[in-house]
Amino acid sequence: MRLTGALLYLNNVSVIFDGFKALNGLSLVIEPGEMRAIIGPNGAGKTTMMDVVTGKTRPDTGEVLFDGAIDLTREDEASIAQLGIGRKFQKPTVFENHTVADNLLLALAGRRRAMATLFAPEDRAEEERLEAILDTIRLGALRDVPAASLSHGQKQWLEIGMLLAQDPKLLLVDEPAAGMTDAETAATASLLKEINKTRSVVVVEHDMTFVRDLGVKVTVLHEGSVLAEGSLDQVSANERVVEVYLGR
Amino acid sequence: MLRHLDARARLLVALVPGLALGTLALNLALPPEHALHVPTYAISLLGKYLCYALLALSVGLVWGYGGILSLGHGAFFALGGYAMGMYLMRQIGSRGVYGHPTLPDFMVFLNWQELPWYWYGFDQFWFAAIMVLLVPGALAFVAGWLAFRSRVTGVYLSILTQAMTYALMLAFFRNDMGFGGNNGLTDFKDILGFNIQAQETRAALFFASAVALALGLAVAAILVNSRFGKVLVAIRDAESRARFLGYRVEHYKLLVFVLSACMAGVAGALYVPQVGIINPSEFAPANSIEIVIWVAVGGRGTLLGPVLGAFLVNFAKTWLTGAMPELWLFALGGLFIAVTLLLPKGLVGLAAQIRLKRGRLPSSHRVPAAG
Ligand SMILES: Nc1ncnc2c1ncn2[C@@H]1O[C@H](COP(=O)(O)OP(=O)(O)O)[C@@H](O)[C@H]1O
Ligand SMILES: [Mg+2]
Repeated sequence: MRLTGALLYLNNVSVIFDGFKALNGLSLVIEPGEMRAIIGPNGAGKTTMMDVVTGKTRPDTGEVLFDGAIDLTREDEASIAQLGIGRKFQKPTVFENHTVADNLLLALAGRRRAMATLFAPEDRAEEERLEAILDTIRLGALRDVPAASLSHGQKQWLEIGMLLAQDPKLLLVDEPAAGMTDAETAATASLLKEINKTRSVVVVEHDMTFVRDLGVKVTVLHEGSVLAEGSLDQVSANERVVEVYLGR
Repeated sequence: MLRHLDARARLLVALVPGLALGTLALNLALPPEHALHVPTYAISLLGKYLCYALLALSVGLVWGYGGILSLGHGAFFALGGYAMGMYLMRQIGSRGVYGHPTLPDFMVFLNWQELPWYWYGFDQFWFAAIMVLLVPGALAFVAGWLAFRSRVTGVYLSILTQAMTYALMLAFFRNDMGFGGNNGLTDFKDILGFNIQAQETRAALFFASAVALALGLAVAAILVNSRFGKVLVAIRDAESRARFLGYRVEHYKLLVFVLSACMAGVAGALYVPQVGIINPSEFAPANSIEIVIWVAVGGRGTLLGPVLGAFLVNFAKTWLTGAMPELWLFALGGLFIAVTLLLPKGLVGLAAQIRLKRGRLPSSHRVPAAG
């Protein structure tokens, strides 16, 4: 039974680490097709929120529903990924010893069972999708290079490409602009907007220029719960937000 | 699936039995006084090395590609060996010292009246052959299932596997276990009806070991070159990333662990008729550590590396334990430290590095660093 029309629905979620509340009654609703930016000072619980959604951390209390009916707190990382939630980590993590093309191949939606990877033949459709993604992330020329030899920015892009290959309904992106040049940051913002045409995206970011570029609804987290929500201008004008975060 | 057998793997798979046949020709066809004659004791020794090579390959598969540092593969090897040993014991029939028609000597000695149930069926070769695969495979399945499901990794997994082989060693030392206790199983007479001491039988066992190694190489090549192998390496290098891509990491680890245990079991089964004995010391934790050293010396993350490492280290061991027996353990320890510090990718990695320096190898052929 569908309990909510939202794609992602967090209600009153708390995560406690040794008595410390990393998430404290967090509620958040992401609609299908939406892109949301999440900002907040270090330690606000942004990454922990992603851990909860992707099954890495079990919440102590609260509800986490995906697609209106699926209780994510009962699933593990692999099944949540198979349900259609992709995640990009703060620190780019690609498979260093694999080539760019193999990294994407492993991410391509579809084959996940051990036996299927052992016996099933390669297929043309996969090849074509792979080429298309290589074009999108502009790494076509580096397809046979081990991922270890990519620059930091290229790794970020490869990881975004892997997420595209995974073809998720919801994409969680943790600080994609960290360590990028201004040009790369701008390109990343437009890539995310492109991706958002076909799927929902949640982006955590510190870089205010980047968030402004995205031009989407912003949620401000503070001490594990939502402090303010609205357009960037609205939240920037919020006194509490200015106090805890923007106030310098 | 055969498309995963690349040219290099095919060469390796063909080379092993080819070399074995050549060696056998020098043993069987040449008279003993001929300069190129290979004596039968050397055939037995090389047959033993072939079994070690298959064992090393099995460890190389889980460690080099799956990142699972098993320090318990000696147990799978020994279990395969015991399964074969039980068949060989029953082949003795009434020719034992006590002349009992069904009971092996050690059971008569212990005053046992009848064969324990778990010895049933071992008079049949086919049954023993199945057990050679099934027993190590089942143990690996249970241990692996418990460990991988609970996400036991790294050093904790290594300790767990050491504990497993140690526990088995203590169990097999007990007389009431029914596996010959301290002395193990020995005094074998024949195998499949052929005298186990005969030159021809030894030659056949030697060749069978070479074929087993070639098959093991073929299976391993297919596995690591397939999509499965790519997932395995991905898990080795970034386990949680693989999970977030939707791969059920524990299934992949379990599959390769069980397959590797079966491989080790076959190695043990071929080893026992060639050395003529299996006893609980094969379960000694140090044995399992030694296998890891062979792999490290040869080069993990490659298929040739473990085979090469097993041959080289054991050749050195045979020579050194003959010349200066008290030095062997120090040499082995020193070797491990030297390889870890100076040759993290082993000899095969060193060769690739040299070729890379000379610019003969494109960079995409670099040997991956094992994690
Ligand atoms: N596994 C953990 N164990 C203990 N404390 C943790 C753990 N993960 C996160 N925390 C704490 O929870 C708080 C929120 O962390 P995090 O979600 O990473 O913040 P953000 O991503 O917003 O910077 C921090 O104070 C952090 O130290
Ligand atoms: Mg964070």
